[in-house]
Amino acid sequence: MRHIIAVLMENEAGALSRVVGLFSQRNFNIETLNVAPTEDPTLSRLTVTTTGSDRVIEQITKQLNKLIEVVKLVDLTDGDHIEREMMLIKLKAAGQHRDEIKRTVDIFRGQIVDVTSSVYTVQLAGDQGKLDAFINAIGETYVLETVRTGVSGIARGEKVLSI
Amino acid sequence: MEMLSGAEMVIRSLQDEGVEYIYGYPGGSVLHIYDALFQQDKVKHVLVRHEQAATHMADAYARASGKPGVVLVTSGPGATNAVTGIATAYMDSIPMVVISGQVMSHLIGEDAFQETDILGVSRPVVKHNFAIKNPKDIAETIKKAFYVASSGRPGPVVVDIPKDMTTPTDKFEYSYPEQIEMRSYNPATRGHSGQIKKAVDMLVAAKRPVILLGGGTVGGRACDEAAALARELNTPVSTTLMGLGGFPASDRQWLGMPGMHGSYEANMALHHADLILSLGARFDDRVTNSTEKFCPTARVIHVDIDPSSISKTIAADVPIVGPTKSVVTEMLGLLGKNKARPDADALASWWNQIDQWRERHGGHYETNDNGLLKPQQVIEAVHKVTNGEAYVCSDVGQHQMFAAQYYKFDKPNRWINSGGLGTMGFGFPAAMGVKLHYPDAEVVCVTGEGSFQMNLQEFSTCSQYGLPVKIICINNGSLGMVRQWQDMNYESRHSQSYMQSLPDFEKLAEAYGHEAITVTHESELMPALEKAFAMKDKLVFLDIHVDAAEHVYPMQVPKASMRDMWLNKTERT
Ligand SMILES: Cc1ncc(C[n+]2csc(CCOP(=O)(O)OP(=O)(O)O)c2C)c(N)n1
Ligand SMILES: [Mg+2]
Repeated sequence: MRHIIAVLMENEAGALSRVVGLFSQRNFNIETLNVAPTEDPTLSRLTVTTTGSDRVIEQITKQLNKLIEVVKLVDLTDGDHIEREMMLIKLKAAGQHRDEIKRTVDIFRGQIVDVTSSVYTVQLAGDQGKLDAFINAIGETYVLETVRTGVSGIARGEKVLSI
Repeated sequence: MEMLSGAEMVIRSLQDEGVEYIYGYPGGSVLHIYDALFQQDKVKHVLVRHEQAATHMADAYARASGKPGVVLVTSGPGATNAVTGIATAYMDSIPMVVISGQVMSHLIGEDAFQETDILGVSRPVVKHNFAIKNPKDIAETIKKAFYVASSGRPGPVVVDIPKDMTTPTDKFEYSYPEQIEMRSYNPATRGHSGQIKKAVDMLVAAKRPVILLGGGTVGGRACDEAAALARELNTPVSTTLMGLGGFPASDRQWLGMPGMHGSYEANMALHHADLILSLGARFDDRVTNSTEKFCPTARVIHVDIDPSSISKTIAADVPIVGPTKSVVTEMLGLLGKNKARPDADALASWWNQIDQWRERHGGHYETNDNGLLKPQQVIEAVHKVTNGEAYVCSDVGQHQMFAAQYYKFDKPNRWINSGGLGTMGFGFPAAMGVKLHYPDAEVVCVTGEGSFQMNLQEFSTCSQYGLPVKIICINNGSLGMVRQWQDMNYESRHSQSYMQSLPDFEKLAEAYGHEAITVTHESELMPALEKAFAMKDKLVFLDIHVDAAEHVYPMQVPKASMRDMWLNKTERT
């Protein structure tokens, strides 16, 4: 099953490489990974999406917890949560397709953030499925370039991941 | 406040930590530190002949004493030479602090002379590592390193110090913290009471229980408590390779070692058990054989300080995260209040069954009638001359398994071997590390002619510091363990497992000023051992020629269950 694990860790040089090293060292799989400092500059928050059996996921969370710089973590998929990924996508937008693309962007509630006579650059946020669906709807022939942030997530309701 | 240079701070921190000995080797990036070391005499330094030996000395000291061992090496090759020893300590959860020099900060990343990213290289084999970015952080970082290395599940910690952090003329305020708190690191100090209660109820209800005692009990200094528990409940005890000595081998409740070369009775008992209480053992592949076929009727109570060890390979029915010592103490407390005990009849028939298994094999081996020694005989003779009291530091191979099987350890922390990594070359430096700290104790290195040659340069260190260890070289003229596998799985094609051009070990030892005795016949063995152990102040190398055709048995059949074993060359369970 796919899991989204959110990790709070010391914002120190080397901490990220320990996390990444752990995944390759122990043969765990990483689908997406993102990391940035939090409002508390001594902490950074990392979100990793991974797949594995319950036993593997249990090992992943235990091994992550064991890293000295990891302060706290939560498997967001254990409860209700919101997951978002942001994509910037550069699309061929010339001739008669220009309008069609604009309409599709609107339907997906994306924003065109840069325009040239033949190219739209679109910003789109949502869960992974939505981003995939958008690319499908546009059709791969029109896609020039994509960049995705990887998933970040947060629990619904009162639950917070903080120290 | 006192003003010290970074180099002085390193040494002062070690003093304030109460470190008596460090093991190391100087080089460019640690010269400031070595100069600070020179100007004091509280911290003593042992100059090894290869950095790997420094790490094994520190490691073995830690295993024997429970205190972290300390290593000092230079950047680049000094640090990479230490990696095998760091990995060895990591696999066996041994507390160790390794201080490595690094090139000047402004050169890092430029492929400077003797620059190696040792933080990157060591990352998978350390509990943690630190880089010093500011000389002011040295004392606190070293304190943290000791704290992390020795608390929770112990392990090696590397502190990487760029040379410019130790400049003698740059002075900073020094104070050594008394305590350290880290918000991101809080190892468990006791187990969950509810789980412990559940475990005790299961122990009392069990009909065929076995206690599996591992390195976490020996390292966690919880052997007395574990033994008290076993005796209170009359439970059979099997000690893993890392747990040997954790329960007296002379006790009738001891079954021997489990696993690949475990005793017949231990493997049979585990296979048929209805309950396994694991105290600081981690169910590694050399113990479990096939995990799918592992102990089909047993429920498992798993006590470990490291949650990630629990249910990693074998699912635990009752996981208990905590130090073995406090968990077992709590169990004993509950048994004190709760007078319920296991069903006496059930236990009696369990013991009866175990005694029958004991009779079936019982460590039996054949001797030669032409005087050619069997390795098992050598170990038994060493046990005899040392009254079973020696620290036995082993290398890796058949001789290691024979030592584990036939030197019946009654006390913990006396059996010192590289269990997890299986590092050939470990035994000799390990023996040196123990002898340095326990000069009055008998310290034996059991080795093979293959393993010994991986760190034989340390003969020189032994002369310099007067370390009269006794080296029992079980010489079968081959990489015996490799050869055994080739015999069993490759139709005896001995690919590269025969040792040609062995040195004249007598002359070699003598060249360094040591004594040596060669033994080629059974009749020479006891006299040679007695003579060697009578030379209290001499390192004695015993080159003992043994039967190269001997195999280690029992040996589990690969990919099978615990009870599937070869008992000798022709007989299978
Ligand atoms: C550094 C290292 N290299 C290779 C091995 C693989 N290995 C395990 S046992 C063994 C043979 C050891 O030979 P020896 O020391 O003579 O002991 P014996 O088995 O003959 O008693 C080898 C090569 C190892 N454990 N460690
Ligand atoms: Mg050999």
